[in-house]
Amino acid sequence: MDDTVLTKGTSTMLDSETRLTLYRKMVECRVLEQRAYDLFMQNLIKGTSHLALGQEAIAAGFGVAMREDDYTFCTYRGHNHTYVRGVTMTSILGELMGRECGLLRGKGGSMHLMSMEHGALGSYAVVGAHLPIAAGAAWSAQYRGTEQASVCFFGDGTTNIGAFHEALNFAVIWKLPVVFVCENNRYMEYTAISDVTAVENPAADRAAAYGLEPVLIDGNDVDVVYETALRALAQARRGGGPSLIEALTYRHGGHSRADPGKYRPEEEVAEWMKKDPLPTYRERLLKLGLEEADLEAIEAETEAMVDEATETARNSSPPPEEIARQDVWADGSASWRN
Amino acid sequence: MAELTYRDAVNAGIAQEMRRDSSVVFLGEDIAAAGGVFKTTAGLLDEFGPSRVRDTPISEQAIIGAAMGAAMTGLRPIAEIMFSDFFAVCWDLVANQIAKTRYMTDGQCSFPLVIRSANGGGSRFGAQHSQSVENWAMAIPGLKVVAPANPADVKGLLAASIRDPDPVLFFEQKSLYAIKGDVPEEEHVVPLGDARIVRSGTDVTIVALAAMVPRAEKAADTLQQEHGISATVVDVRSLVPLDTKTILEEVAKTGRLVTVEENPRLCGWGAEVASIVAEELFWDLDGPVVRVTTPHIPLPSADALEDAMLPSPARIVAAVQQLVD
Repeated sequence: MDDTVLTKGTSTMLDSETRLTLYRKMVECRVLEQRAYDLFMQNLIKGTSHLALGQEAIAAGFGVAMREDDYTFCTYRGHNHTYVRGVTMTSILGELMGRECGLLRGKGGSMHLMSMEHGALGSYAVVGAHLPIAAGAAWSAQYRGTEQASVCFFGDGTTNIGAFHEALNFAVIWKLPVVFVCENNRYMEYTAISDVTAVENPAADRAAAYGLEPVLIDGNDVDVVYETALRALAQARRGGGPSLIEALTYRHGGHSRADPGKYRPEEEVAEWMKKDPLPTYRERLLKLGLEEADLEAIEAETEAMVDEATETARNSSPPPEEIARQDVWADGSASWRN
Repeated sequence: MAELTYRDAVNAGIAQEMRRDSSVVFLGEDIAAAGGVFKTTAGLLDEFGPSRVRDTPISEQAIIGAAMGAAMTGLRPIAEIMFSDFFAVCWDLVANQIAKTRYMTDGQCSFPLVIRSANGGGSRFGAQHSQSVENWAMAIPGLKVVAPANPADVKGLLAASIRDPDPVLFFEQKSLYAIKGDVPEEEHVVPLGDARIVRSGTDVTIVALAAMVPRAEKAADTLQQEHGISATVVDVRSLVPLDTKTILEEVAKTGRLVTVEENPRLCGWGAEVASIVAEELFWDLDGPVVRVTTPHIPLPSADALEDAMLPSPARIVAAVQQLVD
């Protein structure tokens, strides 16, 4: 689409404090998920897990831009989106490890992280489901007049499922305060999105179908993500309706734990590794005159934080069996008969 | 008391709850300006305004997703799915998301929402607009399932469903919309999970739901008048929660159980009731548990064919006679 302009590297206006916060959030996400990967290799995390290594700029940029009472909806690749809302590393690693200290005490697992008190309104593991749910939370905010916004993250593959279309149309006609963010990491699961999609940019090229502006950004540039997020959130709060943002990025690993990602050409992987959002941003910060010692301090603090979280989670007990029979219903029970 | 149709009782139940609680909102296809394709919701838009009574596109996933997102953030939405057959196009939202999210998140959130839907056969609409899908719903942990048989229960059970902190699938039997009955004009709430003993007998207990309740009553009349058989009739009213206490007590008194189900045979709710009775009341039974159901077929549309397939009073009478004789 010729008139879809990729926004990248345009930001010069951010203050150092914001930039350090953005950097810190990206480092924390990176270190947290690297640790999750290591714990998997040690068989301390079972089941599956979908890492967003390489996509941290999107979670960090939005996480820093959002208001405390805004809502996040994300996918099974949702550790970072949940973390940036204020959930602790201990409760995330504990949940992945199936421990009592876990965010959901082992009842959800990696694909279902949620923390209502932090506005992290869930990780949804069936592709597309959460787009209409995010619209519903935005409807609630609109009805209650709170100026809260709902932010909904999803992958490129989601743009081909029916719920995407239903939610986008619905959000536009009701002018809902919701920001839809497509993290286009080029592959849905094992297949390139370009092999199975009618248009080049799976979200941006479809924006026109809903009367929305096409927004295509460099999702590996945290400054760009942050500023785009601020604009979209402001639009939502002033009653300007939804946005659809396509953020180009790349996952460093495969789709899930089971996938080494060998279907991707080596040159392509190498090219994208050069665009890794962390080292590139670190370099920018140094060029802008920030102190390397400050960056090193962030890195060291984060390592210490993840080590401590790992220890706490490892030492936490398995959850008590009785909770498996609780909380089907709001009264705390699982009872269906008298 | 006022005499209302089943259809108008739907309206009365929604209006009663919307008047008392501003967090109750209502969305669905053609429910606002058009007043509902079954005319169940006429006038609600005028009374409550467009921010609370909202027409949607034909987008069942958007309707149910929106209800879920609203319910987890402080509202009490009522969503309409026009025909219960259409649950098939939004079943992910219903069965995977709404039903499981409270459990998966260790009880962090709850979903006080109601999904109303026109369910069941008898209207000659063919196989994709006539199903009784209550057994789909009751197979999923986390969903409450309610199906009223008369106008008073429509109003009272709908009110209780809207006030309930959990998701409720509320099945309105579309062939009953025109029936009339006395409905309390004052505030009326019927708790979920209480079966209703419609009549008491001594020889057999007939347990039925929704449109099968009036048919069971008719069968009970015939059994009494023509065959000297005295039947208890129990209206289950809500499948989840299930009032097994009343069912077990009533079956224990008569020693015989016949379930009457509109759903196709396999895994119908009566199979669960039969299994509970067999496990917990076996030594009190004087004969086998008998299920009268629609055969395991999609429903045909022609009136002659549809009538022959749905459980009729005559089939109920025949089943009971065989059991008692």
